[in-house]
Amino acid sequence: MGRPESLVREQALPSLAPKPVSRRRYARTLVILPALNEQEALSAVLQELALTCPDLDVLVVDDGSTDATAEVARAEGVPVAVLPFNLGVGGALQTGFRYAVAHGYERAVQFDADGQHDPAQVPALLAALEEGADLVIGSRFNAPEAGSEYAVGRFRSGAMGVLRLAVRLLSGRRFTDTSSGFRAFSAPLLAFYAANYPNEYLGDTVEALLLACQAGYRVVEVPVSMRVRAAGTPSTQNLSLAYHYLRALVSLLSRAPVRRRQRAQRRSSNGATR
Amino acid sequence: MSTGGHVLILALTLFSLLFIIRMVRRNQLPSRYALLWLVIGAIIALLATFPGLLDRVSSWLGIAYAPGTFFLGAITLLFLIVIHFSWELARLDARTRLLAEEMAVLRADPPRDRPRTTAPEDQPVES
Repeated sequence: MGRPESLVREQALPSLAPKPVSRRRYARTLVILPALNEQEALSAVLQELALTCPDLDVLVVDDGSTDATAEVARAEGVPVAVLPFNLGVGGALQTGFRYAVAHGYERAVQFDADGQHDPAQVPALLAALEEGADLVIGSRFNAPEAGSEYAVGRFRSGAMGVLRLAVRLLSGRRFTDTSSGFRAFSAPLLAFYAANYPNEYLGDTVEALLLACQAGYRVVEVPVSMRVRAAGTPSTQNLSLAYHYLRALVSLLSRAPVRRRQRAQRRSSNGATR
Repeated sequence: MSTGGHVLILALTLFSLLFIIRMVRRNQLPSRYALLWLVIGAIIALLATFPGLLDRVSSWLGIAYAPGTFFLGAITLLFLIVIHFSWELARLDARTRLLAEEMAVLRADPPRDRPRTTAPEDQPVES
């Protein structure tokens, strides 16, 4: 299936970052940890990652932290990219993607810096990439057995349901966890996301997912179990959450016509695709 | 409106026109915005100098209440300008974001070179 590269609305600006210097022949994987004021939890998370997945490179993107997040990461011997001010998870992630592309990584994993995710599940995500997926989402909700001990509030789960429905209507696919921040990315998707990634709150999860679907990337879900946050507070409280969910909904719906156009183009350009 | 009122508006308009011109001369206002505000200022000055003008335009447009014409024009114009500023702001935000990200990548620590067990390492390209 040809990826509609021409549909990328905003062409990537020529990157100022160093050109890829390929040093290794096998697939290099970068684990990206967007971190905002995570000095309490980060050290333990990095140690566990290094222990569980010793073959993976790690990058901490310090999203304008006011605490010692960057120092903690460097003390663990992990490279850090420091953003001059807070950009949100989307901006931090995109920074990670740009770093990955600039340094020739072939796949990347998005991983929470607050200890929510289990490093032992990273190989499962990478395995799905190897089976040909471009975007692998670690889903909290379709765990086969009672492995998923993750509870969300009633308001949040309701709002997530609405977004899930919107994604289902727009992508024609059913996802159980559209807002999971535990994901893995293939090389083509990395390049795509490095050039355009939604940067608003929730945009980094739901909209990014839809963007990948619409651009013709293969998206799969893999069941994972998640833990309770080790430290730090949830990124947003209820009131502004309502605003953010509404904004995301508007943004999703505004993409709808684009999708129809893309489909029509794809149909006319290379006949039967699916 | 009284003659005094017109004189006041005319004075205010001339004052803001001079202020805009001063800003342009000091390179504090891009000329495209200066042009916009100068045209708007000129129109207001014209209306203040010739009070009958607004009435004539109103009756020509079929608007009974003359100040309504003025407010209609003003609100429409301001609306368009605000929309334009929203667009410009979004563009600037995207560019700032991009610069911040690119700067973070450029300043970031390079990937660690660790001994690997899974595959032989290539020679480093740069010495």
